Amino acid sequence: MRLEVEITGKTYSSAAGGTHEVLAPVKFALQSGEVGVLIGPSGCGKSTMLRIILGLDRDFDGHVARPPGARIGMVFQEPRLLPWRSVEQNVRLAAPDVTEAKLSELFKILELEAHRSHFPGELSLGLARRVALARAFAVEPDLLVLDEPLASLDDALAGRLRDEIATLVASRPVMTLLVTHSLDDAIRLGDRLFFLSPRPARIVQEVPISVPRDARGEAEIAAIRAGLALRIQAEQGDDRAGRDVL
Amino acid sequence: MLRLLSFALFLAIWWIAALFVGGAKLPSPPAVLNVIIAEAASGALFLHLGATLARVALAFVLAMSLGSAIGYLMGRVKLADRLGDPWLILLLNLPALVVIVLAYIWAGLTEAAAIAAIAINKLPTAVVTLREGTRALDRSLDEMASVFAMPRWRAFRHVVLPQLAPYIAASARSGLSLVWKIVLVAELLGRPNGVGFEIGVAFQLFDTPRLLAYSLTFAAVVLVIETALVQPFEARATRWRPRAA
Repeated sequence: MRLEVEITGKTYSSAAGGTHEVLAPVKFALQSGEVGVLIGPSGCGKSTMLRIILGLDRDFDGHVARPPGARIGMVFQEPRLLPWRSVEQNVRLAAPDVTEAKLSELFKILELEAHRSHFPGELSLGLARRVALARAFAVEPDLLVLDEPLASLDDALAGRLRDEIATLVASRPVMTLLVTHSLDDAIRLGDRLFFLSPRPARIVQEVPISVPRDARGEAEIAAIRAGLALRIQAEQGDDRAGRDVL
Repeated sequence: MLRLLSFALFLAIWWIAALFVGGAKLPSPPAVLNVIIAEAASGALFLHLGATLARVALAFVLAMSLGSAIGYLMGRVKLADRLGDPWLILLLNLPALVVIVLAYIWAGLTEAAAIAAIAINKLPTAVVTLREGTRALDRSLDEMASVFAMPRWRAFRHVVLPQLAPYIAASARSGLSLVWKIVLVAELLGRPNGVGFEIGVAFQLFDTPRLLAYSLTFAAVVLVIETALVQPFEARATRWRPRAA
């Protein structure tokens, strides 16, 4: 399984007339078992890129090769749950083949057991985000896309959910694409980091992280962070884009 | 309890008014009740009520299903909206009487003509309501369904339909009251039975007790259908909404 993205450009016409370039040429590929992280400033076109990769937006130049028949699990920026269906139904509707055992396990990991029959309107944002995560994992995806899944959560909860994502990603071979503002999340979860420029987005730097995810203690993470800072400093002469995220 | 009290108040006002005006113009509640009992005993009441109810049901189902389908299409497809809009405006503003008379002239004084005429009167309002509902659909949920590769029918049933349910309920409610009103006109003009026909007869004879007997029983049936069918459906469709404190 392999995801190949080769976007040569994406423009849109605004309501006021005139066209705007959203994406510059972007090219990357992702292997099974790999976590790719897209990091870039707000409004640089990350969400547009995701929509293209997911096949929601076909109006672009270039080519995206998703593995045929690949199951997609997606965590949108906002939870996007069906308010008129219970937590369990929300998950089951997206993943009709999920077994009771698998579902119980997921709900247990994400601490949702008590909320199975609640409606999304009765949940806090943090809980709703966890339901969205459960839904994405329940489909046993081949391609997992996480669009800022930890945004606007407090640090403790974000940290716990990040660990849960790492556990779930390790539990099966899956191509994962994570979009985030947080360099910390990127370093802790990613195998390869793609730093994006401001709009129109292009990949400024591609940084592989060679230390395996489960071997990344605080010392390793500090080292990776220092290494990144150096790399980005060296790049500063011709491009200052990566600095925005540090 | 409060509803019962309000109903008792209505009866009391009626009775007092009847005492002042006199039985010929406004018969008292027992007088009307006597006529209802007599008509029920002869079976005529049920025959006419049944005929009217059947017409209402047929016309309502026809108009709602067709109107919802057209409204959904017009909300989803721009071309359909552009093509259908002039027709819609024409139908919306066509007086019910014109439709009924034309239907009887063109299709004869038949059952089909009556039901079609009633349905055509209801159709455009169902279209407008459902088109509005379709336009208000949450695109982000459509995207969610598409990303998770939900089959069309499942997505329609669990993602789209619950969003349309309040619009369908609103349309059913206003539609039912519209159909109730128009069905009597259609019966008065060209049917040999039904509540509308009976009211026509009562009008010709200036038989107020009979007129009230039929219209009040009819109103009671409407009330029962509203509380027993329409309101529970609405409550069920909106049960996921957090209740107002």
